Amino acid sequence: MAHLASSIALEPTQDRTMILNMGPQHPSTHGVLRVVLEIDGETIVRIMPDIGYLHTGIEKTCEAKFYQQVVPLTDRIDYLCPMTNNLCYVLAVEKLLGLEIPPKAQWLRVMMNELTRINSHLVWLGTHALDIGAMTVFLYCFREREDVLRLFEAISGQRMMTSYFRIGGVALEPPLDFFDRVRAFADRFPSKVDEYENLLTGNPIWGMRTKGVAQISAEDAIALGASGPTLRGSGVDFDLRRDMPYSGYENFNFKVPTAKEGDVFARYLCRVRELRESIGIVRQALDGMPEGPVKADAPKVVLPDREKMKTQMEALIYHFKIITEGFAVPAGEVYQAVESPRGEMGYYVVSDGTAKPYRVHMRSACLANLQLLPKMCEGKLIADVVAAIGSIDIVLGEIDR
Amino acid sequence: MLTPAITDIEQLKEHPAIERLLRWSSSSVEGAKFDRDELSVNIERSFLREACALLRDSTDCPFNYLSDVTCVDWYPQEPRFEVIYNLLSIPKKERVRLKVRLGSDSPALESVCSVWPSANFFEREVFDLFGIRFSGHPYLRRIQMPETWEGHPLRKDYPVEGYR
Repeated sequence: MAHLASSIALEPTQDRTMILNMGPQHPSTHGVLRVVLEIDGETIVRIMPDIGYLHTGIEKTCEAKFYQQVVPLTDRIDYLCPMTNNLCYVLAVEKLLGLEIPPKAQWLRVMMNELTRINSHLVWLGTHALDIGAMTVFLYCFREREDVLRLFEAISGQRMMTSYFRIGGVALEPPLDFFDRVRAFADRFPSKVDEYENLLTGNPIWGMRTKGVAQISAEDAIALGASGPTLRGSGVDFDLRRDMPYSGYENFNFKVPTAKEGDVFARYLCRVRELRESIGIVRQALDGMPEGPVKADAPKVVLPDREKMKTQMEALIYHFKIITEGFAVPAGEVYQAVESPRGEMGYYVVSDGTAKPYRVHMRSACLANLQLLPKMCEGKLIADVVAAIGSIDIVLGEIDR
Repeated sequence: MLTPAITDIEQLKEHPAIERLLRWSSSSVEGAKFDRDELSVNIERSFLREACALLRDSTDCPFNYLSDVTCVDWYPQEPRFEVIYNLLSIPKKERVRLKVRLGSDSPALESVCSVWPSANFFEREVFDLFGIRFSGHPYLRRIQMPETWEGHPLRKDYPVEGYR
């Protein structure tokens, strides 16, 4: 983090260039990202992202918490996809424990995870279009996002920091009419995506601002660690959900949208098509939702139902033990990666056999994707920086942690 | 339902990463462990960068993508630090984890930025939070903490509340 000029060379390297400071408080940086530009007229000579303004030390905090207490922290890494982070963390701990999850919990997780992706992509689409100057899309996207947040609230009690996935399953049974509400949303949503596409995909102004802008080749994208739609927009057909399935994704049918051009427009197309695929997965999850419990039968790890605690002594004891002492996790280490809306979200969890994680490390997709920015922007125009930043869909909370 | 970990290198020889490394130099691999469906290979520190380049360029299973670089502090054990590289092979959909142990007297290692440019931010973060130096890194400066910060917060002897 550069509170000090010294951390980034602020001197122009040539006679005719000047340094331009963008951020850390800038509407188009989606948080507190500072970008230092060296410009020659309108052309960018050098661009350096400067991060760390939101660093809160979550990895350090995790080491002082019980395993189950880390779940709410994972929400706060990325405010747009809390459940993806929940999922990645609980999968890692379940792998450490060797815990089997009932099918209904898995399908619920997949369904909620895809709704989270829709939520995240809607915010991305709205703000990205707003950055480039298309105001209306923002209002349309937030209209549908509100529907998704209401669903989150119905199932978890929270609109954003849901903490709905727990080690061993999910927190609660969904409310009675929940699946009907999700189905109503799934029926309505594809026509809304058509509305966004009508506004943008064929729009000549949108095309001029995005086509051929901030191009990146497949080789560069892989070498610089890009993942998710940013990688697929450069023509690399790789999606963790399909290629290295987790949490029951192998039971679902979906396409992985890719585009060859590697520009802002290609990444836009990938994400918009992903919206349609995601709603398809949600529909499949609804159709095939298995019956049964939503929590694993592991009393030492999973909190008992409130009803049982009122009548069964053991349930009360287990509840007390988990809350006060946590549960020991066998020593070992696990790297679990999931496909978050932004790319490969990975949790590396090390256990030393106690009730607190020895080390939790989050592999942030945005941190790696941000490294593409110089390659995308150098030699291009200042106005394209805004489009480039929007197109890699960064969330600074996840970058800084 | 945990299956016991396999640590016998003879049994793990089939894995493309280990096979390739052993074919190159048997002294580069200090040990290996297959646990919970994940393979970790301990690499001798002086071989690290070349081992990475070798795995990236391997023909039958190219580990062309560096997912992550991080570190674990095993204080007060020695060697204290364990630097971890999570590699992914996009064509073969295979993962491997490389580990290097470093003592507290000289926590330094060769940078792999020349192999995967994506290591740049990851190594800066490990430098910032653990104080591991990466030689040959193009821009080794603090990334998350302020430039004037003292200490490396993710070390185990650094208090959670920080120094007051």
